[in-house]
Amino acid sequence: MRSLLELKSYILKYKKLYLLGLLAILFSEAFYVLIPILVGRAIDSLKFGVSGEKLLWFATLVIGSTLLSGIASFFTRQTMIVASRKIEYDMRNDFYRHVQGLHYLYFRDKKIGDIMAYATNDIPAVRNFLGPGIMYSVETAIEFVVILAIMFSMNFKLTLITLIPLPLISYLVYRIGKIVHERYEDIQEHFGTMTTVAQENISGIRVLKSYVREDYEIEKFRKLSFEYMLKNIKLIKVQSLTYPLMIMITGISIILVVWYGGYQVIAGAMTLGQITSFLIYLGYLIWPMIAFGWIMNLTQRASASMDRLLEVFKVEPKIKDTDKTDFSIKEIKGEIRFKDVWFKYPDSADYVLKNINLEIKQGQTVGIVGYTGSGKTTLVNLIPRLFEPDKGEIFIDGVDINKVPLKVLRENIGYVQQEVFLFSDSVKNNITFGVNGVSEEKIFEVAKIAHIYEEIMEFPNKFDTIVGERGITLSGGQKQRVGLARALIKEPKILILDDSFSSVDAYTEEMILKNLKNFRKGRTTIIISHRITAVKDADFIVVLDDGEIVETGTHEELLKLGGVYADLYQKQLLEEELEKI
Amino acid sequence: MHDFRDDEILGKAYDSKLMKRLLKYVKPYWKQVTIAVFLVLILAALNPLRPYITKFAIDDYILKSNYEGLTKLALLLLGLLFIQGILQYLLSYTTEWIGQKTIFDLRMEVFAHLQRLALRFFDKNPTGRLVTRVTNDVESLNEMYSSGIILVFGDIFTIIGILYFMFSLSFELSVVTLSVLPLLFYATFLFRKKAREAYREVRTLIARINAFLQEHFSGVSVVQVFNREQEEFKKFDSINAKYRDANIKSIFYYSVFFPAVELISAIGVGLIIWYGGGEVLKGTVTVGVLISFLQYTEMFFRPVRDLSEKYNIFQTAMASAERIFKLLDTKVFIKPPDNPIKLEKIHGDIEFKNVWFAYRDDGEMVSDDEWILKNVSFKINAGEKVAIVGATGAGKSTIINLLCKFYEPQKGQILIDGIDIRNVDEKELRKHIAVVLQDVQLFSGNILTNITLGNDKIPMESVIESSKLIGADKFIERLPNSYFEPVQERGANLSVGEKQLISFVRALVYEPKILILDEATSSVDVETEKIIQNAIEKLLENRTAIIIAHRLSTIQNSDKIIVLHKGEVREVGTHDELLALKGIYYRLYQLQYKDRRTKLVNVSGITR
Repeated sequence: MRSLLELKSYILKYKKLYLLGLLAILFSEAFYVLIPILVGRAIDSLKFGVSGEKLLWFATLVIGSTLLSGIASFFTRQTMIVASRKIEYDMRNDFYRHVQGLHYLYFRDKKIGDIMAYATNDIPAVRNFLGPGIMYSVETAIEFVVILAIMFSMNFKLTLITLIPLPLISYLVYRIGKIVHERYEDIQEHFGTMTTVAQENISGIRVLKSYVREDYEIEKFRKLSFEYMLKNIKLIKVQSLTYPLMIMITGISIILVVWYGGYQVIAGAMTLGQITSFLIYLGYLIWPMIAFGWIMNLTQRASASMDRLLEVFKVEPKIKDTDKTDFSIKEIKGEIRFKDVWFKYPDSADYVLKNINLEIKQGQTVGIVGYTGSGKTTLVNLIPRLFEPDKGEIFIDGVDINKVPLKVLRENIGYVQQEVFLFSDSVKNNITFGVNGVSEEKIFEVAKIAHIYEEIMEFPNKFDTIVGERGITLSGGQKQRVGLARALIKEPKILILDDSFSSVDAYTEEMILKNLKNFRKGRTTIIISHRITAVKDADFIVVLDDGEIVETGTHEELLKLGGVYADLYQKQLLEEELEKI
Repeated sequence: MHDFRDDEILGKAYDSKLMKRLLKYVKPYWKQVTIAVFLVLILAALNPLRPYITKFAIDDYILKSNYEGLTKLALLLLGLLFIQGILQYLLSYTTEWIGQKTIFDLRMEVFAHLQRLALRFFDKNPTGRLVTRVTNDVESLNEMYSSGIILVFGDIFTIIGILYFMFSLSFELSVVTLSVLPLLFYATFLFRKKAREAYREVRTLIARINAFLQEHFSGVSVVQVFNREQEEFKKFDSINAKYRDANIKSIFYYSVFFPAVELISAIGVGLIIWYGGGEVLKGTVTVGVLISFLQYTEMFFRPVRDLSEKYNIFQTAMASAERIFKLLDTKVFIKPPDNPIKLEKIHGDIEFKNVWFAYRDDGEMVSDDEWILKNVSFKINAGEKVAIVGATGAGKSTIINLLCKFYEPQKGQILIDGIDIRNVDEKELRKHIAVVLQDVQLFSGNILTNITLGNDKIPMESVIESSKLIGADKFIERLPNSYFEPVQERGANLSVGEKQLISFVRALVYEPKILILDEATSSVDVETEKIIQNAIEKLLENRTAIIIAHRLSTIQNSDKIIVLHKGEVREVGTHDELLALKGIYYRLYQLQYKDRRTKLVNVSGITR
């Protein structure tokens, strides 16, 4: 429950709305509780041969009170519920802003679906508490107290008798709600198991089919879903109790009023009108009773959700500007130096990068080659500070990379990642992702350099074509080239291409490399590639093996060396030969 | 991964064709349905009875000072209340029960249908979507089955019941009181319409928020590398703000609607006081009637409001039903043979005869570069071990797929012991073949169930014996619960090598005549590598084996090597013969096997 206190700052932001809401509730209740009295008076007046006008007056008063109370209740919703939606908006914004700044590894360790659940389940659960939860608890509390006061003042004994069954409602709603919630959780868990089994079945369908296990799988799933059904039936056994119990308990109260109240009337201690008022008040009281149990459950759920949310908000973005950051650095030139850099992933004992020393001068082009898993991608990930080295230092223009403001650093890096991630948006918006307000010509220009312009012009809506699930599906090679254009349009000081031509054919690769020659001038370029063709013209080539730099030199030098690079080169030639056979 | 966009599209709330089909699933439970309908009818008659009796309590006993009668009547009311409560419980329970049973049947039908579909179907449909059909889509029909259909009748009958009692008490007063009804209907209708529009907007926007989050969390590194946190936040903020405003808009309708309903009911009360009161003065109706009418107006409003709420339930249900039926209507099967030939025991001769195959199968002409296999012919004698080598995309896995009848070739024949497998039932065929794939698929359960795949005809001794033979027994017995050690999702608690060994034992316990092995390329430590190599040798003993080879040792030990290149069989022979040929195999050998250092597995999952 304590976690809900953390909502204080959000609520305080909208305290005006909440106070107005409170005022509106008071106003609304004041008129609302009048109605039963009015009806009762009207009925009693019948005994004394009241005039038609007087009856019409009563009717008007009833309608008028309802109208005034209704108007106030309109304002209650317009303040309190609206406030809860506003807080929900704030929270969701805070959540997104926070999570998008979290470290890369956070997303590797957690499933996207789980992170999504915070936004889709937990924030709404908290909102439910902030809106209907608060509104109904205030409303019902006031209503409850006022109505009880009135009833007691009308007839103390009758009130006492008829009220006996009512707290039972709250208690039962709460108790049943709790059991229902427990069983429901159990069902949800089972549903999860069922989903996992279905998932495993479908993704393993090949194996299952080849061992002819279909019938067994059907049987297995039948057992699971049968159990699921039984659990549900167990739930409904309890859940179905709620409504009948409510009818019965309120029914008993009503019968008590008719019976005991009837006695009082016969004895002359009460009037028929008062009984009618009582009956209506009872109707009024049922709702607060239900609401009370309901609010309890809702609050508990909100508190559990808030716990989870606080947990997320507690995660610190590991990589950010610190007090060491030198904000006077407004731009970078592009010189990069690795000094004794070691790196390992937090969950592993082995270093992925070992004692890396590397100096790249501004404007140079460097090729990085090595077998899969040799640490190439990890190495370049350190430059935009997606990771931080465990040991050693990295310098940009001779300055410790940690002193360069993150924004400045990343603004000046054009990084085409190994697997290009495009957003389901237009091609144009994907290309201009990293920049603001660029001209159409500029977009065309980079598309041409990336050798994708002509293909885009053949798309149904050219540059406005939507890519991804909702639009057209791009081939791997097209994705890579859009990704390249996206990096180029930034006019970066440092361009990093991580195996960016793996899905394009040899001819296209050659064209792109040719186009890039011009673009590269004055920019530091790092090219990771499996194909020698992409790196052989580099100023120098670094060969990584098992996290270490094993060879450095130009294409010719490395060939002469006859090491890993030469081996890779040989294999490539063979591959080309094979392709031609 | 759940697709947040797919399921947000709402269509119409009623489609007679779909409804008819949905109702078929209730048929087996017609007895329970009859009971439910019966209960609905009784309750519709019982519910309005209390105000009616209250009237008599007031007019005949209270006003006539009859203590005894009043007590009797109160007891009658009490009895009635209990009956009502019990029946109401039975009704809720029965309808929910029907819903659960129906859902169970439907879910099993969908799942069983999926098991029968050919692999071709799974190639095209993402796993996540299919899982959703079995789980969430079926689930969303539950409400319709349980509370939808039967309770709609309930609401209608309750309204009719109330009307009956009101009219029998006082026709005129009923007409006057009910004159507010059109107002109520109109207000409800208007509210439903407006709220639905607002709700649709809310749904669309929440879907957009979810899609945005999903996409931006998946692509978070792009956002960070491109330094777009501010800009992307602004985008998110604008959708989020729209969502907030759409909600606030719908709050407006609710804020108006609830007080409006109160007001309409107050008008009804006003009419009862004014007109009914006048009638009481005239002596045409009694005070009791007046009070019971006050109760009826309150009772009346609930079912009317309920009815309009059922709309949403139906709408969601129809959308799900459409998706489910579309899946059930998909009939992608391997054509069963007209006169299936039984394969009791086989020797294990395999022959491919001029086989042509393309994955595309839409009846149109297959273009030249779409053929995955072109005129492939080869013969493998029973007991031989044959390695298939070739570059990626040469068509190696396709050969496995065809031999297991996962797909059917467009042209040519595949023969086992001289029998065309077209004439053999797919399951019958697969009983004689075991496939060990590179990616080892593990299932939740324990080591044992992962070996036997739940086949309890395989005795424990055989499992242990096979494990020993393969050399898997050592690591299994080291586990705390040995063969009963739970296997976590995707086998997270096992190493790559251990998973491999389990898949070998799995193949061995099934005692196949033909074994197909797609050797794993993942690197394991030297010791495991040794164990695996030994295991492969044991595995291949006394069987016909086709191996997509990645290990030099396997190739050297095989009786024959088939070199597949660009979908064609280009060279056949032993290792030495082929090397001497200095053709494709020679080059492949240099590239892939000689001095093998390439680590083909990505160590970190980071790039994903």
